[in-house]
Amino acid sequence: MKTTRFWSYAAFIAGLIYFVVPLIGMFEFSLRKRRGEYSFDAYTSVLNDPQFQQTFLYSVALSICTILLGVLLIVPTAYWVRLKLPRMRPVIEFITLLPLVIPPIVIVFGYIRLYNTSSWLPFTGTAMGTNVLLTFGYAVLALPYMYRAVDTGLRAIDIATLTEAAQSLGAGWVTIIWRVILPNVLVAVLSGAFLTFAIVIGEYVMSALLDRPAFGPYLVWIGANKAYEPSALAVMTFAITWACMGLIQLITRFSKHTRAMA
Amino acid sequence: MTFLTISHLEKSFGSNRVVKDFDLDIAKGEFVSLLGPSGCGKTTVLRMVAGFETPSQGAIRIDGKDVVGLRPNQRNIGMVFQAYALFPNLTVAQNVAFGMKVKGLPRAEIDSRVTEMLDLIGLPDLGARFPFQLSGGQQQRVALARALAVRPQVLLLDEPLSALDAKIRVSLRMEIREIQRRLGITTIFVTHDQEEALSMSDRIVVMNGGIAEQVGTPFEVYNRPATKFVANFVGTLNTFDAKVENASEGRISLDGVAMTLPAAVPTGGRVAIALRPEAVHLGRAAGREVVLPAVIEDVHFMGSVIRVRARVAGASVALDTFNRADSPPPAVGSSAEVSLSARDVIVLNG
Repeated sequence: MKTTRFWSYAAFIAGLIYFVVPLIGMFEFSLRKRRGEYSFDAYTSVLNDPQFQQTFLYSVALSICTILLGVLLIVPTAYWVRLKLPRMRPVIEFITLLPLVIPPIVIVFGYIRLYNTSSWLPFTGTAMGTNVLLTFGYAVLALPYMYRAVDTGLRAIDIATLTEAAQSLGAGWVTIIWRVILPNVLVAVLSGAFLTFAIVIGEYVMSALLDRPAFGPYLVWIGANKAYEPSALAVMTFAITWACMGLIQLITRFSKHTRAMA
Repeated sequence: MTFLTISHLEKSFGSNRVVKDFDLDIAKGEFVSLLGPSGCGKTTVLRMVAGFETPSQGAIRIDGKDVVGLRPNQRNIGMVFQAYALFPNLTVAQNVAFGMKVKGLPRAEIDSRVTEMLDLIGLPDLGARFPFQLSGGQQQRVALARALAVRPQVLLLDEPLSALDAKIRVSLRMEIREIQRRLGITTIFVTHDQEEALSMSDRIVVMNGGIAEQVGTPFEVYNRPATKFVANFVGTLNTFDAKVENASEGRISLDGVAMTLPAAVPTGGRVAIALRPEAVHLGRAAGREVVLPAVIEDVHFMGSVIRVRARVAGASVALDTFNRADSPPPAVGSSAEVSLSARDVIVLNG
């Protein structure tokens, strides 16, 4: 019994060292910009950089659009597949996994080929069109994570009976999805949303090849041209991701009905 | 006056016909139970009335209007499910208000109706609670209130008591019946529990293999079962194989003892007859002209009632007798007499 506990602690501590030590090292390095003493100069420098603000805000805006698109696309699809087409689930799951096996560079070259200025749908002809195309691309990249999160949420509730109950009370499909299904899978949707946010914030290939001012290319640029700022940026990105995880936990904890279902 | 008419209703899933030429007329305010074993098609009939299944054939008319082509949300039907189906993200009051909000009723009307409904189900103070904070019985009462709040034309109850424990089930079935009577709402109740069906219904439809074997009042179904299946499914039944002496005069003999039934019996050498446990009396009694020897096989003391199992005329027979403090039950293995009346004999057809 005691031996088991020892090895549990040993594994936990080894894992902790493996993950935390590099982070501490990176954080410590990001504080060394001022010679001979620790300071937040690298952080100040990054935060005051207009290009940082512009690219970060751009990526945040695009991640919000991607999340909205993903929710609009995936919640009704996953719901419909579970409700009416359960035999199609393996096929849909396979499709949602494709972005993990097809490299983004293939997808983006396909987009450029299909939607260039000489095509019948010239998305890349304008900045706005390219932004839309990039959002579609991000939605595809986030598909495996978003679909799985929503599908897991749907598994936790009896969607067939809830749907029939809502129908018997006069609700149509839009009302059912909006007022019955979505609120009951909200935590799952938020998990998917935060994962999407994390993917979009750091994404490089698509935004670089479509020549959009996103945060990913900025990270690469600053990494190639500055010493301490990339570490500061990495710490900040890491903090944002952790804040997102914390938010998921908070929402789960304060959502009464979700707590009940758990 | 017929309010809900189901005519020639059929439903097939692939090659499997689960409902076959089903007909039923229900009067306004009537409480009708669909009773039958699992897989007999009772829930499928209910789901076709609700609009969740499309009939392969046949018509369903509510208040003269054919509803087969209408979607479930267009039928104005209230439904209560076995699994409660309360929306977990909404409070009790919000659940009850859901249908009215969908209909776009004014806020004041919704609030007043919610209060009315919560009073009706006896939970006036629980409006702010979430479903997970309620017991099973309370959740099912809220589900009933939610279904009734939209003033449906017909109320459908799909085994609403099955998930509850025995004591709550008995009290809730009385509550449901009381509420149904007070509101005068036409109700179809699906159950496999004969006691529920017998105690709650104006009429019972006993279903088997997708067809209605018998439609009648609980008294008729219990005392005059139309088929062997109904006789066996509803209540406990003692069956005997009797010899036909004179078919047209209804004369038969059981273990050599002759009796004359009130009606003619089918022609042929033998006839299957049955008696309810309460129709067989332990010992001789006035008005029970047929007396047969018996050997006591088993005695079950159940409080106010004692169920005795005895071997009579070559068959194992259950009979009920009331408990009396001054008369202990017979000993297992002892010899006794049982008496019965030919009036109580059920001739089993089909």
